[in-house]
Amino acid sequence: MWKWLHPYANPEVSYHFVGKLLPWISKITFVLLFIGIVWALVFAPADYQQGDSFRIFYIHVPTAILSMSIYMAMATAAFCSLVWQFRLADASAAAMAPVGAVITAIALFTGAAWGKPMWGTWWIWDARLTSELVLLFLYLGVIALHNAFEDKNLAGKAAGILSLVGVVNIPIIKYSVEWWNTLHQGATVSKMSAPSMSMNMFWPFVICFLGIAMLVAFVICIRFRTEILSRNGMRPWVRALITEEGVK
Amino acid sequence: MTILANSLNIQSSNNQVLLSANGLTCIREDRVLFEALNFSVFSGNIIQVEGPNGSGKTSLLRILAGLSQPYDGTVLFREQNITEQSDEFHQNLLYIGHLPGVKGEITAQENLEFTLALHGNDVSTAEETLEKVNLLGFENALASHLSAGQHRRISLARLWQSTAPIWILDEPFTAIDKRGVEKLEQLFLAHAQRGGCVILTTHQDLSFPEDKVKKITLDYRFY
Amino acid sequence: MTPEHNLSYKAAFNLIIKRDLTIAFRHRDDIINPLLFFIIVVTLFPLGIGPESTTLSRIAPGIIWVAALLSTLLSLDRLFKSDHDDGSLEQMMLSPHPIFILVIAKITAHWLVTGLPLIFIAPLLAVLLHLNENSYSALMLTLLLGTPTLSLLGAIGVALTVGIKKGGVLLSLLVLPLYIPVLIFATSAIDTAAMNLPYSGQLAIIAALFFGSLTLAPFAVSAALKVSTN
Repeated sequence: MWKWLHPYANPEVSYHFVGKLLPWISKITFVLLFIGIVWALVFAPADYQQGDSFRIFYIHVPTAILSMSIYMAMATAAFCSLVWQFRLADASAAAMAPVGAVITAIALFTGAAWGKPMWGTWWIWDARLTSELVLLFLYLGVIALHNAFEDKNLAGKAAGILSLVGVVNIPIIKYSVEWWNTLHQGATVSKMSAPSMSMNMFWPFVICFLGIAMLVAFVICIRFRTEILSRNGMRPWVRALITEEGVK
Repeated sequence: MTILANSLNIQSSNNQVLLSANGLTCIREDRVLFEALNFSVFSGNIIQVEGPNGSGKTSLLRILAGLSQPYDGTVLFREQNITEQSDEFHQNLLYIGHLPGVKGEITAQENLEFTLALHGNDVSTAEETLEKVNLLGFENALASHLSAGQHRRISLARLWQSTAPIWILDEPFTAIDKRGVEKLEQLFLAHAQRGGCVILTTHQDLSFPEDKVKKITLDYRFY
Repeated sequence: MTPEHNLSYKAAFNLIIKRDLTIAFRHRDDIINPLLFFIIVVTLFPLGIGPESTTLSRIAPGIIWVAALLSTLLSLDRLFKSDHDDGSLEQMMLSPHPIFILVIAKITAHWLVTGLPLIFIAPLLAVLLHLNENSYSALMLTLLLGTPTLSLLGAIGVALTVGIKKGGVLLSLLVLPLYIPVLIFATSAIDTAAMNLPYSGQLAIIAALFFGSLTLAPFAVSAALKVSTN
């Protein structure tokens, strides 16, 4: 059933396969982001309560959603690498970690920037913001572990164990932070409870989301290729690649 | 890479295969330490792993002991992968690496007793065992007051009490004096005759007769 | 040659605990230093915040728990570090017992040496911070259930960083986010007790966290130790 996947366990095959995908991903990313951003910033109506500051929503929500999804993808890759010893899964987890951290940081930053006009302060200890901050710490821990070991293989395993521990902990942390928040703050923070978003806001959001997701995929693919090269630097096929193409 | 022992079929009085390496490959950064290494260790064998510094001697011993995972290949104990039967394998294994595993805060005798008890060996004769490695009079000295050579001897003292057939020893003669080396060599011979096996690395020439020792020579190569 | 195997899991567990406790009591700094750190951190807060007893009693649970967290973090390093550096960790991993037993034994010994003293000293510090008198039992109970959880979760971090040369800073980055739920529920239980309300709910959650980490953490620690001794 999974036979067709087997060739891609070979780093060389995967490297070239991802290389063929890249131009397509980059084109789709560009088109989606261009349409999405222009639509969201120029044509979509301003929110009747929040005015134009609402437009941060089109960046903030997609990055917040993706910050979680990238973590889950990274943990899944780590699981595959730990259980079935797929070396390439390690490379992909290593490729995903910094991208996830940046996306999480963007979500936090846009959240703060949105908070300033909405709540009158850059930061509040809102449950979502707090758990997003903890998620950023987890990402930074995984990245730090990837860099701490000389041997990339060991680094991948150590970081993989941490990301799996994180998967167990994220729901607990999220739940406890929410509980703590309601206990300490009451319902003073009215969240954006957007009652049934209007269609001319919904579609630019969907396109923005897909655009940012493709951008993330694009960066991860580039990083994945780099990881493959740096892990197989001394292999004949990598050397041949260097002599063929010269140092780009 | 030269592997003299690539098909190490050593005739022994008692031809039981204790440990076998099956296509072992070890890669460190840009060096292939060894590749597709195959050999079997029979009871009665004394095997010396040779090679220049950085050739992967320690890596090979750690892989054989199950401490490190090879890049490729498996280690079999009684024809079964050691990772599938680690408790069973560990009962039959005695590994002493570069580090003596001696705690400075407790005495020489407490150190030995702990290691013996941990591996399920007889503890009651720990004191006499220390005598065998010339540590008589130091039983109750804190290990932090002893020298590196004495630490080494505390860790080697286990050998006299061991019931495990497979001995894997990384540089056992480091910091040991000439008489100590002789004693250890005697012990290895006796162990091999009892049907055990010894796999060791050393920079010194062993004084065993040529036919008693088999050699595995490692030499790394770059890609 | 057939090796005899005459050491049960319980005996192996006791053996490691006995050795670790002997080492700790011969080398008392390991017990005293985290305790002193705990006391000093707690004393610094009134100096920084001011001596008003109402403010202090309001923030006392948080101070004591954050200090307990930090002092556990400080002491975590000795859990596997010295054993790793002198090679005895290798020997334990090659012993004919599941690593699970070894890990549980080491963590128990660590808690007995560093967590238990915190529980005894905490009421004295609570007096200094004018903790509400209804809260003492809650403080003790949360520490009793919480500090072993901290040791268990911390062990994962230490096991991951024990092979790294400068693992100390990294350790805090890895471990502190995992401590957040314990901190939240423990301080909340103490606050609730101060208001004379039942706090069994929070206590039950901390207990759940304890048993959860007791069953899951040793697996993560074993896997991490295998990576670190590689």
